[in-house]
Amino acid sequence: MALRERYVAAIDQGTASSRCLVFDRFARLVSVAQKEHPHIYVRPGWVEHDPERIWRNVEEVVARSLNDARLEASDVVALGIANQRETTIVWDRATGRPLHNAINWQDTRTEPIVRELVGEYGHEFFRERSGLPVATYFSGPKLRWILHSISGLQKRAERGEVLFGTMDSWLIWRLTGRHLTDVTNASRTLLMNLHTLDWDGELLDALGVPRAMLPEIRPSVEVYGEAGGKLAGVPVAAALGDQQAALFGQTCFSAGEAKCTYGTGSFLLLNTGDRPVISSSGLLTTLCCRVGEEQPSYALEGSIAVTGALVQWFRDNLTLIASAPEIESLARTVEDNGGCYFVPAFSGLFAPHWRGDARGVIAGLTSYITKGHLARAVLEATAWQTREVVDAMRADAGLELSMLRVDGGMTANNLLMQFQADVLDLPIVRPNVAETVSLGAAYAAGLAVGFWPDTDALRANWHMAAQWRPNMESAVRERGYRKWRKAVARTVDWVDEDDEDDET
Amino acid sequence: MPGRIQSVERAAAILKLLSGRSRRVGVVDLAGELGLPKGTVHGLLRTLQHVGFVEQDPETGKYQLGAAMLHMGSSYLDGNELRTRALNWSDSLAARSHEAVRIGTLHEGQVLIVHHVFRPDDSLQTLDVGSLLPAHATALGKVLLAYHPYVLDQLEAAGLDAFTGATICDRDRLELELGRIRERGWASDIGELTPSQVSIAAPIKDRSGMTSGAMGIFGPPDRLLVARQPRGELVAYVREAAAAVSRELGAIPWG
Ligand SMILES: Nc1ncnc2c1ncn2[C@@H]1O[C@H](COP(=O)(O)OP(=O)(O)OP(=O)(O)O)[C@@H](O)[C@H]1O
Ligand SMILES: [Mg+2]
Repeated sequence: MALRERYVAAIDQGTASSRCLVFDRFARLVSVAQKEHPHIYVRPGWVEHDPERIWRNVEEVVARSLNDARLEASDVVALGIANQRETTIVWDRATGRPLHNAINWQDTRTEPIVRELVGEYGHEFFRERSGLPVATYFSGPKLRWILHSISGLQKRAERGEVLFGTMDSWLIWRLTGRHLTDVTNASRTLLMNLHTLDWDGELLDALGVPRAMLPEIRPSVEVYGEAGGKLAGVPVAAALGDQQAALFGQTCFSAGEAKCTYGTGSFLLLNTGDRPVISSSGLLTTLCCRVGEEQPSYALEGSIAVTGALVQWFRDNLTLIASAPEIESLARTVEDNGGCYFVPAFSGLFAPHWRGDARGVIAGLTSYITKGHLARAVLEATAWQTREVVDAMRADAGLELSMLRVDGGMTANNLLMQFQADVLDLPIVRPNVAETVSLGAAYAAGLAVGFWPDTDALRANWHMAAQWRPNMESAVRERGYRKWRKAVARTVDWVDEDDEDDET
Repeated sequence: MPGRIQSVERAAAILKLLSGRSRRVGVVDLAGELGLPKGTVHGLLRTLQHVGFVEQDPETGKYQLGAAMLHMGSSYLDGNELRTRALNWSDSLAARSHEAVRIGTLHEGQVLIVHHVFRPDDSLQTLDVGSLLPAHATALGKVLLAYHPYVLDQLEAAGLDAFTGATICDRDRLELELGRIRERGWASDIGELTPSQVSIAAPIKDRSGMTSGAMGIFGPPDRLLVARQPRGELVAYVREAAAAVSRELGAIPWG
C-alpha cells in the first residue's frame, strides 16, 4: 500500500489579496488560490478594508486551493497563518461582528494622535518599551482612534464586550473561536513590552486602551485550536506577521541572517538572535518568532511603506500600463531615468526616516522626461529605499551582508533586481519559492505538529532559483544615491497641522 | 448579449484557419473549409488584406497571415507578464524535476527566453533571460512552432541550420515532427542544439486558446532520458506545470 501523501496549508492574508497555498513535505507548491479585495479610500490618507469581506475571501481561497488539488481536510496536517500586520479591527464579542472597517497599516488619519503622544511622552518612552517609534503605522494609535470615534465604545471595551485584534486574531477568532494573537503581531501594536512579551501597563495607559479588549499573546508556533468549515478538524498551528513569516520561509533561523520581501511595501528583516537590538538608525526592533515555550528570537526591521504599491498606483491612477509587470517593458524603452527621481512618501516616510510630515515627490522633471523615464524612476525608488535601510542595518548591527536574500512579487522584475544588485553592490539571490510568506507559515505550522522534525530539515529545502550580480561603476552608483537623497530631502515638512481641517 | 456581427465572425474564422496552417491557402480551399460562398470569402480577404491582417502571394494568389497580425500575435502577451504569472509554477517545476526551467516566447522566428529558474542544486549558474535560441533545434522552439506554424516560411527562408547531427534541418521532417507535437502536446530535443543536452517542453495557452509561450526543463541526457527517450515522469511534470500556468492565464483546463 502506498503511503498516503500529507500536506500543510497556509493562509497569507495580505494587504492587497488573500491567498491559500498548499505545500508537500518537500516544500513544493501543490496548489494556490488568490483573491484580491478592494481598498476603501474614505478620503486622502484614509485606507480601510471590510473585515467580513476578507473573511469570506479567505474561506473562498481555502476551498478553491483544496478543490484544485483534489484534497480533503483530512489530507492537511496543519494550517499556518501569515497576515498583513498592524491593520486594526474591533469587533463585538457577543455577535462577532466588526464595529468599524479595518484601519489599514498605510492609513495616516492618526497623525494628530501621534503628534500628541510624541509631545506628551517623547519617542524614547515608546521605543524603550515596545522597540518602536511612535507612528501612524502601528495598531495602538488606530485603536485609540476607533475607541474615540464611536460613542460609548470605550466603556464597552472596558467591560470586555468588544475585542481588538490584528488580522491574525480576526482569522483565528473566526477559525477557532479563541481570542489570541502571536508575539510577532503583538510586537507591532505599540502596546506590547518587548522584554516581558506581555501588554505593557504604561503603554496601555498612554494610549487609553483597556486591557479587557486585548487578545492573549501566544507563541507563533503552537496549536491554537481546530479549524471549522472546509478545514474542519485541521489544527491551526502557527501565526506570524507576514514579514516574520517570510524570514521563516527563507530559513533565516540564526542571528545574522536577513531577507527583503518586495510586495505592497518592502521589508528588510535581520534576525538578531535572542536579544533585542535597539536601533539608533531608524529601524524597528521586533519579534522574529517564538517557537512554543522556547526563548523568543528578535529582529531588526527596515519597513518601507510603498514599493509595489507605487507600481499599482502607476497602473491604476496614471494608467500608463495595463498590468504591473508591464512596467518593466515600459522602463526598458529608455536607457536610464533621464535624471528623474520618484520618492513615494504617500504615507509619509517610513524607515529609516519616520517622517509623517513627508509626502511624495517627483524630482528632476524636465521636458525631456517620458513615461519610460517615469517607469524607471518608479522601479528605482524601490531599490534606493532598500539601499537606505541596508545602510541603517550596517550602522545598527555592524552587519556586513555578503548577499541579500529576496522574495515577493516584485522579484519577478529582472530590471529591478539587477538594479537592486547594482545599487547595493551585492549579489541578490531569490530562493526556489517566491511565496516565502506562505511557505514560512506552512513551515511554522508543520513544525508545530511534527510534520517536519526541526529547522535543519527546512534549511535543506532552500535552493537558489536566481541570482543577480552587481555590475555598476561605483561613481555612477554614488551619483545616483546623492540625487536620490536630495529628492528625499524635498519630501519632508509638507504636511501642516491644519491640513486636516480643510477636509473635515 | 447584443447581436453578433456575422462578417466579423467570418473574418475571425478565416484568420483562425490561416494561423493553423504552415502553407498558404487559396480562396477555393478556404471557402470549402468554411462552407461559405467563394465571393463572400474573397470579399472578406480583400478587406483583411487592406488592413494588413492577411497577405496574398503575388505568384500563386494564395493567402497567409499578414505581418500586422503576426506582430499583434507576438506582442499579445508581454514576456514580463508571462514571467510574473508563471513564477510559482516554474519554481515548483524546478523543485519537482530537479532541473533548470525556462520559459520562451516567439520573437522574430527565434525563441526569446523570458524566464529562467536555476537547477535547485545551488551550483553556479547564470541567468539567461533575454537570450535567443533557434526555434527548430529546441523543445521550447518546437512547441512554439507547432502551434504557430505560419512562422515556418520565415524560418525556412532564413535557413534551418544544423547545430549537431541530430538537428532537424529538413522542412518536411520538421513539419512531421510538429504534427506529432500537436498530437501529444509536448516536445523534446535530444541533443539537437548541443550534443550533451536534452530539453522537454509543453505549451502555455492563454484565455483565447492561443499558445503564448512554452515552458520546459533542460539538462544532461543521463538525467532526462531513459532508453534514449524522455523520462515519463519528467514529461508529466512539465505538462502539469504548463497546464497550471495556462489555468493561471485563464485557459480552459487541459483545453
Ligand atoms: N513584474 C513586476 N514588476 C514590478 N512590480 C510587480 C511585478 N509583479 C508584481 N509587482 C508588484 O508586486 C506587488 C505584488 O507582490 P506580492 O504578491 O508579493 O505582494 P502582496 O503579497 O500582494 O502584498 P501584500 O502582502 O502587502 O498584500 C504588487 O504591488 C505589484 O505591483
Ligand atoms: Mg504579501
